[in-house]
Amino acid sequence: MNAELIPAVLFYLFAGVLVLSAMMVVASRNPVHSVLFLILAFFNAAGLFLLLGAEFAAFILVIVYVGAVAVLFLFVVMMLDIDFEQLRKGAWKSLPVGILVGLVLVSQMVMTAVNWQSLPTAGSSILSPAARHAAATNTQAVGAILYTDYVYPFQIAGLILLVAMIGAIVLTLRDRGGVLRQNINSQITRKASDVVEVRKVQKGAGIS
Amino acid sequence: MEMTSLYPVASEIFLACAGMLLLLWGATAGEKSTGAITVATGIAFIIAIFMAGHYETAKAVVMGGHVGSNAYVLFIKVLLLLSALASLVLSQHFLKSSKLSRPEYPVLVLFATLGMMLMVSAESLLGLYMGLELQSLTLYVLAAFRRDNAKSSESGLKYFVLGALASGLLLYGISLIYGGSGTILFGMLHEVVTADKPPVELVLGFVFILAAMAFKISAVPFHMWTPDVYEGAPTPVTAFFAAAPKLAGIALLIKLLYGPFHGLLAQSTPIILVLSVASMTLGAFAAIAQSNIKRMMAYSSIGHVGFALVGLVAGGQEGVQATLLYLLIYLPMTLGAFGIILSLRRDGVYLEQISDLAGLSKTRPALAAIMTVFMFSMMGIPPLAGFFSKFYVFLAVVEARYVWLAVLGVCLSVVGAYYYLRIIKIMYFDKQMEGFQRVPGWGVASLLGVTVLFILTLAVKPDWALSITHDAAKALIG
Repeated sequence: MNAELIPAVLFYLFAGVLVLSAMMVVASRNPVHSVLFLILAFFNAAGLFLLLGAEFAAFILVIVYVGAVAVLFLFVVMMLDIDFEQLRKGAWKSLPVGILVGLVLVSQMVMTAVNWQSLPTAGSSILSPAARHAAATNTQAVGAILYTDYVYPFQIAGLILLVAMIGAIVLTLRDRGGVLRQNINSQITRKASDVVEVRKVQKGAGIS
Repeated sequence: MEMTSLYPVASEIFLACAGMLLLLWGATAGEKSTGAITVATGIAFIIAIFMAGHYETAKAVVMGGHVGSNAYVLFIKVLLLLSALASLVLSQHFLKSSKLSRPEYPVLVLFATLGMMLMVSAESLLGLYMGLELQSLTLYVLAAFRRDNAKSSESGLKYFVLGALASGLLLYGISLIYGGSGTILFGMLHEVVTADKPPVELVLGFVFILAAMAFKISAVPFHMWTPDVYEGAPTPVTAFFAAAPKLAGIALLIKLLYGPFHGLLAQSTPIILVLSVASMTLGAFAAIAQSNIKRMMAYSSIGHVGFALVGLVAGGQEGVQATLLYLLIYLPMTLGAFGIILSLRRDGVYLEQISDLAGLSKTRPALAAIMTVFMFSMMGIPPLAGFFSKFYVFLAVVEARYVWLAVLGVCLSVVGAYYYLRIIKIMYFDKQMEGFQRVPGWGVASLLGVTVLFILTLAVKPDWALSITHDAAKALIG
């Protein structure tokens, strides 16, 4: 078999399954199936990254998105009682408009793809990491630029995550009454004299 | 890296550190510290204004080319900080009386302002996206801040879902541009994107970015979220939304048009023209039917965005200067009008319905008079400041030979005058309702004083406003 043929076959395989499973995410009736198709889509996208030689991005996609995000989605879908059929009812009404907008977008993309002409300077631009770190592996190249050239976006991403955390706490944390918490300080400082009461009991009278 | 190379972003670094420290303070001291933290946030804004004003205004790009500064960026940054400070002052009493007084509020306002500052000082598409996302995420949380209120939660969720879509458009556009040019740095894009037959993927990518920016500044047809979000969000948050993010969005749009993508001006001007005409028209007609004053202010702000974009249709240094002048005058007008809304409280509930203003001239004559000044100014009646802002954008557009657009704009501002006049009519001629409670504190009152003074006196001495906007526009284009 031709050596150039294998990547092409793999590309169309991954890309085809990716598009199909992405459609199934939206179309399937059972939300759990949707999440499972989403995981399939992530795996195929990881395959596409591998074909590009971006093994770091491929494994991050599998580890973070499949390993953490999709599992979280599964938990949410299974634990929340949401009537997805009800949510989907409105979608059919706006389908014609959606198809129209989609067609316009697709035709624009096709026109762009057909007329694509990168600027002559594109390949040698300083931000093409391939040019400067040709010898390094993916992971080395990411490590080399993440804390140097890209330290600014990296720090701002940290701030964005901080804001996301504040937001989640602000919008969901509530002090509920009636919750008993362990307070070690009060347990230790508790004295017998505060809580124990000694009473003389009359014979046959009991204590009220 | 030398320390001096961080001077252009010193005010941002200071604000980021201050925000994190204030957050720690709030987390340890709890809800009773809210008042002190709000004051401290205000002081941080003032310090940042002085830091931004202090450093030299020469062009500088630092941190790997992702962020930089020049006189234009400094001008916008100072305006952003001032409007954030004003909306913090506006929020003071409202939050306390609505039991929303939590230390996270001022900290979130601070981070939103930081995001806007980073947006306008970005020098790469990645830096732009990061700043935009920081401000958007914070604004979603602020919109839903009154979490026990269904409308507030709805507005936060609606803003979040649609904002995520806009961010997706922006990223898609950025990826097309990177694919076509191999760079995300504004400086390099400025060199390689030339007007001489630009590649189609760059044009399409920039159209995606324009759509995302139009969403952020709520220009028609990307405005759908605006009335619902403005109505649902707590009123001081609405005041903040109407001021600072609009300024940041339009300022960034100007920077993109005349910085990295100046080669695509011929392709983007018709898009701006459509956005501008559609926003002016919808702002003028849709506001008429509103009964909720926050929804009315939302449509009014959409209309004002349309008028501000008229200056960009004219283009060139005069056009950009006219747009900047429009924004400079729009901010105090809007913040002042919200100051009035936040001074009127009846049975513990702040003003929501326009009809509740009936007879305000009898019960609170001073507030009614100030509101009248703001409404006349928004209509564009001389000699108030609002007249100058409209006058300069129309002057610029006539000089750029779009006479029909100026005529249309004047006609639409006459239509828009109807609902501003209606408020004045309700205040002065409708049957008096029971009086409003006095809102304590000097913050809102002093803000009203400053804004009304600005609007009344700009006519007497417009030179300084013209000169600072001229310098800012010149720094960007000249």
